Amino acid sequence: MKYAYYPGCSYHTSGKEYEASTRVVAKNLGLELVEIPDWSCCGATAAHGKSHLLNVALPARNLALAEEMGLDVTTPCASCYQQLAYANKCMIEDKKLKEKVNQVTGKTYNGTLKVKSIVEVIGSIAPEYIKAQIVKPLKGLKIAAYYGCLLVRPPKVTNFDDAENPMFLDNIMRLAGAETLDWPHKTECCGGSLAVSNLDIVVKMLNRIIKAAVECGANCFVVACPLCHFNLDMHQKSCNKMLGTSYTIPVFYFTQLLGLAMGLNQQDLQLGSHFTDTQKVLSMVG
Amino acid sequence: MEPINVNQSISKNADFIEQVGIESGQPVHKCYQCGKCTAGCPVAFAMDYPPNQVIRMVQLGLKEELLRCNSIWLCATCSTCTTRCPCNIEIAHVMEVLRVMAGRSGTTPPGKAKNVELFYDSFLNTVEKYGRMFEVGTILQYNLKSKKPFNNADLGLPMFQKGKLKLGPSKVKNANEVARIFAEARRMEGGGK
Repeated sequence: MKYAYYPGCSYHTSGKEYEASTRVVAKNLGLELVEIPDWSCCGATAAHGKSHLLNVALPARNLALAEEMGLDVTTPCASCYQQLAYANKCMIEDKKLKEKVNQVTGKTYNGTLKVKSIVEVIGSIAPEYIKAQIVKPLKGLKIAAYYGCLLVRPPKVTNFDDAENPMFLDNIMRLAGAETLDWPHKTECCGGSLAVSNLDIVVKMLNRIIKAAVECGANCFVVACPLCHFNLDMHQKSCNKMLGTSYTIPVFYFTQLLGLAMGLNQQDLQLGSHFTDTQKVLSMVG
Repeated sequence: MEPINVNQSISKNADFIEQVGIESGQPVHKCYQCGKCTAGCPVAFAMDYPPNQVIRMVQLGLKEELLRCNSIWLCATCSTCTTRCPCNIEIAHVMEVLRVMAGRSGTTPPGKAKNVELFYDSFLNTVEKYGRMFEVGTILQYNLKSKKPFNNADLGLPMFQKGKLKLGPSKVKNANEVARIFAEARRMEGGGK
């Protein structure tokens, strides 16, 4: 399988572990990811607040570039995924808007592509194929699979997994030999970029999520979004500092743990650059 | 909220009510105040008007109150409300339309909401300039605008040490094409920021 690959702006900074582990896991699963040449920012939540036209046109430039490649699009970032999928849906359903957006971008997007999250791409691979590659089952891990919001909502845009009780990440992690938990905050929002402007609000949102996971017996989180990762991993400390909690629960990208179970090089998976200590939990896997 | 004459606000702001419907494409009139959106909203605790009240205020034409409330900015666009609404109203999209309208009207967001707008502006400024979002540039600009020069400074060093901050932007070769998108969108939508 071959896809036009959209890394997203955090690919070499705050989300670098996700980018690195996605590439190496995809390669080992026989997925060919061809980076969209000269891709640009999708606009993220910032464009949502400014202008509808800008909000569709920023991702549309990338869709037009991918259409020239003749490949469906995939991206690891949940926010980029939603922006690209939303613009795609808007342009396919509304011909007038499509023409207007093409005028804005100066490029022609005809609406021939599908946009998929890397979670959907990997989760749609035959289970026996993935299972056959697992050499180091993730024994001892009790995972709270955290989907956040943009990966599964709104269902009219995303539509590959259940919006209230998604299972794609759970299923992938179970194939990798881990236990995943039934817990209530799978799709509760982490606050996203509000963490920059209103950290006092976001720590309260994070506290609810982390508390629920810990109470259900989780010893780690698995995520599929750089922003969810940043908030849960980096701001766990802010939560402890501002609310007096004492959380120390590591937050992994699902591609990191899948890669680990596949026996891939740990350095390639960048398991050591997290803010919350990962060693204690990783030593369970051996 | 002060007592209001609902009949007056509905007739005075009929254009506004219609405009929200047109720009959002949402059947706001269908809302019967079940409150499911607010029950599931993860940010409702911090809002001045929870989502169900925002929708009711649109129905009642309370334009000024809506354009200067913090709810439309604190909304994290997580779409829990949209997903659960029994009337199929995309509430998160209505919030977004109100945000855009507030920006167009030049209304300064109040209190906590002000910094949300400043962050969005800082983010988009780096995208317009480089074609991609530049994290350090966004934060520096945001700190300057919000007059909190050391905001997030404690995050900077640990991030840098972990290789999670780059001091230079990752530029798009044809960044002019992205700048064009901003310019054209502005031109077509008739000015604004």
